[in-house]
Amino acid sequence: MSGAPTATTATPATRLLGIAAVVGLAGVVLFGLVLTPADQSQGESVRMLYLHAPTAWVAYLAFAVTALASALYLFPKQHALGWDRLAGASAEVGVLFMAITLFVGMLWGRLTWGVFWRWDARLTTTAFLFVTYIGYLAVRRLGGTPDQRARRSGVLALLAVLEIPLVHFSVKLWRGLHQDATVLRPDGDVELDGLMLFTLLLGIVAFTVVYAWLVIHRQRALTAEDLLDEAGLDVAIVERQQEALV
Amino acid sequence: MSWLDSAWLIARRDLLVEWRSRVALNQVLPFAAVVMVMFGFAIDDTSLMRRISPGLIVLATMFSLLLLVERAFVVEREDGALDALHIAGIRPSALFWGKAGALAVELAVLQAVLLVLAVVLYNAEVVPSGVALLVVTWLATTVALATVGTLYGGLAAGARGRETLLPLLLLPVVAPVLIGATRAVEAALGAKQAVTDGWPWTGLVAVFAVVFGAGGTLAFGPLIEDEM
Repeated sequence: MSGAPTATTATPATRLLGIAAVVGLAGVVLFGLVLTPADQSQGESVRMLYLHAPTAWVAYLAFAVTALASALYLFPKQHALGWDRLAGASAEVGVLFMAITLFVGMLWGRLTWGVFWRWDARLTTTAFLFVTYIGYLAVRRLGGTPDQRARRSGVLALLAVLEIPLVHFSVKLWRGLHQDATVLRPDGDVELDGLMLFTLLLGIVAFTVVYAWLVIHRQRALTAEDLLDEAGLDVAIVERQQEALV
Repeated sequence: MSWLDSAWLIARRDLLVEWRSRVALNQVLPFAAVVMVMFGFAIDDTSLMRRISPGLIVLATMFSLLLLVERAFVVEREDGALDALHIAGIRPSALFWGKAGALAVELAVLQAVLLVLAVVLYNAEVVPSGVALLVVTWLATTVALATVGTLYGGLAAGARGRETLLPLLLLPVVAPVLIGATRAVEAALGAKQAVTDGWPWTGLVAVFAVVFGAGGTLAFGPLIEDEM
């Protein structure tokens, strides 16, 4: 294991991407906290929208990428591990962003609805997604060879694609029977003026760039981890062989 | 050996192992009963208990399902049984349906006992008009939980730390069964809604059973090949 200490997961392209991410986030902060007006009915709390909606979008994007990359690992004959690492990296970032979405959503819900949580289809499905992908990440850490990990987690990611519509549908059917909780507004949707809509779109673009940046780095770090494991195994084999010779 | 023969053989073997070891009978079934009693302590309101008894039956079933699935794959791990089956040329889909069949028999008995316990402990009542719905729901829930349990049990089989991982993976997935079976049993017992309102919920559970039956048939091979 003579890996160069200067090794890094960054390249000029990812550095540019990183700069773009930081600039984009600064723009979201500027527009979201300073330049946009407060909402007529929700007041200042509407600013949470600029964090809540983009992180939710990125989380869903991330899980879609995980499913797609898992299929690309499982179905072609080559079983390229690169797709599996992309799936894993994307799921990690997705879980992070979904945690932010849920946290901000609960705070926002408390302010606008008066409750942290409502058992409606959208919220409940989101919570299920979150738990499902925490399980997915746990399966990735079960150990074994990278190929075992890739196959196990790949099947799980595709099962999640089966499961999520079922959960969403059943929760929707279930909630249809019940009255909605008493809330200030029946829906979280907001009337957006031009500047607010622009800020929201800016948020979506900025957070998508952040997502891409994080996933590329994580994917490279995961590749390095797999290589390190492999190298470690080779070294161990050589050491045992030498022990046997002595 | 035909596909059906091997599936039948696996199911018979699993049930025979359970019957001889008495683990399901002497440990899992009493555990389910203890859970029902604990629910009673926690809720402590006879009218409320009766109203929510369908949900408690399904919840106790799911907790016991975790133990049964765990048990079903411990048997495979010991003495390299999976390797032996692989060498014997048993197809993974036959293995899946064999194991799911044995699990279904255990679950069917378990749920029947839980229903009796709910009648005794929670004062739940079976109305004659709801018997057909109750039986169909019982069958659909049994198949749904057996297929999804076998599939996720196979996923976690042979890996370190799987005992703690299985509940995290399995419980979110069976949420639609929890919702559907609870509403259907509520209707069948006349606890909250009319009997006819229960049928769509049983349909939901049946759809779940079909989806995971198909999913398991296709995915079980790639999942357990790792462990073989």
